[in-house]
Amino acid sequence: MAVLVVSEHNNSELLEVALHAVTAASRMGGPVEMLVAGSGCAGVADTCARVGGVERVLLADAPEYEHHMPENIAPLIVGLAEGYSHVVAAATTYGKNVMPRVSALLDVAQISDISAVFSEDTFERPIYAGNALAKVQSADPIKVVTVRTTKFDAAGIEGGNAEVENVEAAVSGEGSRFVEQNLSQSNRPELTSARTVVSGGRGVGSAENFRMIEDLAASLNAAVGASRAAVDAGYVPNDYQVGQTGKVVAPDLYLAIGISGAIQHLAGMKDSKVIAAINNDEEAPIFQVADYGLVEDLFTAVPALTEALKA
Amino acid sequence: MKILVGVKRVLDPYVRAYVKPDGSGVDLSNAKMSMNPFDEVAVEQAVRLKEAGAAEEIIAVSIGPAKSEETIRTALAMGADRGVLVEGERNLEPLAVAKILKQIVEEESAQLVLLGKQAIDDDCNQAGQSLAALLNWPQGTFASGVELEGETTKVVREIDGGLETVELDLPAIVSVDLRLNEPRHASLPNIMKAKKKPVEKKAAGDLGLDLEPRMKILNVSEPPPRAEGVRVGSVAELVEKLKNEAKVI
Ligand SMILES: Cc1cc2nc3c(=O)[nH]c(=O)nc-3n(C[C@H](O)[C@H](O)[C@H](O)COP(=O)(O)OP(=O)(O)OC[C@H]3O[C@@H](n4cnc5c(N)ncnc54)[C@H](O)[C@@H]3O)c2cc1C
Ligand SMILES: Nc1ncnc2c1ncn2[C@@H]1O[C@H](COP(=O)(O)O)[C@@H](O)[C@H]1O
Repeated sequence: MAVLVVSEHNNSELLEVALHAVTAASRMGGPVEMLVAGSGCAGVADTCARVGGVERVLLADAPEYEHHMPENIAPLIVGLAEGYSHVVAAATTYGKNVMPRVSALLDVAQISDISAVFSEDTFERPIYAGNALAKVQSADPIKVVTVRTTKFDAAGIEGGNAEVENVEAAVSGEGSRFVEQNLSQSNRPELTSARTVVSGGRGVGSAENFRMIEDLAASLNAAVGASRAAVDAGYVPNDYQVGQTGKVVAPDLYLAIGISGAIQHLAGMKDSKVIAAINNDEEAPIFQVADYGLVEDLFTAVPALTEALKA
Repeated sequence: MKILVGVKRVLDPYVRAYVKPDGSGVDLSNAKMSMNPFDEVAVEQAVRLKEAGAAEEIIAVSIGPAKSEETIRTALAMGADRGVLVEGERNLEPLAVAKILKQIVEEESAQLVLLGKQAIDDDCNQAGQSLAALLNWPQGTFASGVELEGETTKVVREIDGGLETVELDLPAIVSVDLRLNEPRHASLPNIMKAKKKPVEKKAAGDLGLDLEPRMKILNVSEPPPRAEGVRVGSVAELVEKLKNEAKVI
């Protein structure tokens, strides 16, 4: 049986996270198919059709799906799920919102945030903020899975030549209405896919000081992240948060500045290839995971680092 | 209006989880246990809604071992009115939790259910959405803002790209994020009062629900540790290492 990947997109573009989900899905056994549910999203389906290894694309294009509300996307997926061994999505706020609704309607237990695929029914998933890894085997007939994108490479948008089939829009969910979205604007690379991430914590001290972090990030062409304390203090918006309850990142270089290294923060970045930390407290736990640690006041070290990188 | 709040007893967030040597799970014997931090936020929100006159009664539900009564008492001390303890020794999967919560929501005719966005032990992030599906109710997940307006609620959601606002008809499920509010500490008099508030006890096995686990935990292990790093003495040395040794800049 085939594996269905629920693709995430903004009606005009496929989001890269979906390509990571495709790679995970391709390890689950059967051929991979993709679902594109949205409004005016035929272009996204065409992109999916070109993804290597994807054999069929289902397109559910209807005004009701414009805002990807779980109340109507979930019944659509449930209606299609019977024909699949697995239904897979990235463990993003989109996947986390929709998929547990799907699994409950199918009366199966979702396997959340998998970090490895051992076989068609056996997966690895981090628990306790990544302090433990559980190897779990699902006995459910249809496996509903969300995927930790940093653990699977992105499939390429090349080599595929899938057919796009229209599917009937399912019941429209009632009782919920989209009001608005306030998306953060940034000219920096996207946090979860950037090769370099510069994150600031409470030590940075204020929103104005955070400019220093932005400048450093600019000199490295890096994305900007933050600890929860920095977000809570209002230095940066919520979508900058890295950690157990924020975003999970695994760049080639993660630079932690004025971040103590609480377990909840480490949960979101300790799979980075190289970690460097700047903190004036030599006892800060971040140094236990840092490949390179610099004990120094960030207000002198960060501008100096930015200068050195420009040179 | 009645509000139902789910409160799970979990390993305290500031305590390290140790994996048992036999790989069967995380060692919780003698570990400090607390209310799931997200659930504290849910209780706080319910109490604020009640204080604002938008709700009449708050019911705190916990599913777990007998000791989960302590977690319910904490919720009662914060301002919940009564508790329901569904006892079961096994750590139930979120699907089973959702089935139990559904039954209680229906018995109590609750109009609003506030849950945490995720339990910090299993990190599943499912129960709220699954409960919404089983009840066929709308959901507002990862809430950092909740307002009641007559028969509807407006929920601000923390999403990957920023914030999203949705409007839900009641009854509805809201799963809360940490930034929604700052949970209060219960005062001593309120802790004393909470001891007298009623807690109804049920056995999970008596509910007539299919709570069988769908997943077998084959093994739990520690993640491989990171190789020990080095201290650098200056910014110049850091740049040199990142360039020539790590080759990441
Ligand atoms: C359920 C739960 C979920 C959570 N989820 C997350 C999450 O997803 N992500 C997350 O990050 N946190 C999360 N947290 C919070 C976490 O526990 C920590 O409180 C938080 O990570 C601390 O952020 P911080 O390191 O910026 O602040 P602090 O711990 O206050 O550390 C600030 C650091 O800056 C250093 N510093 C100060 N001044 C300077 C200076 N001039 N120069 C150099 N260094 C300086 C200090 O030495 C210190 O180490 C969660 C907590 C809970 C309970
Ligand atoms: N055993 C439980 N008892 C009470 N509430 C629970 C239980 N398990 C989960 N919940 C609620 O569901 C939320 C999400 O849990 P989970 O899906 O397990 O991550 C938690 O924050 C709680 O509000």
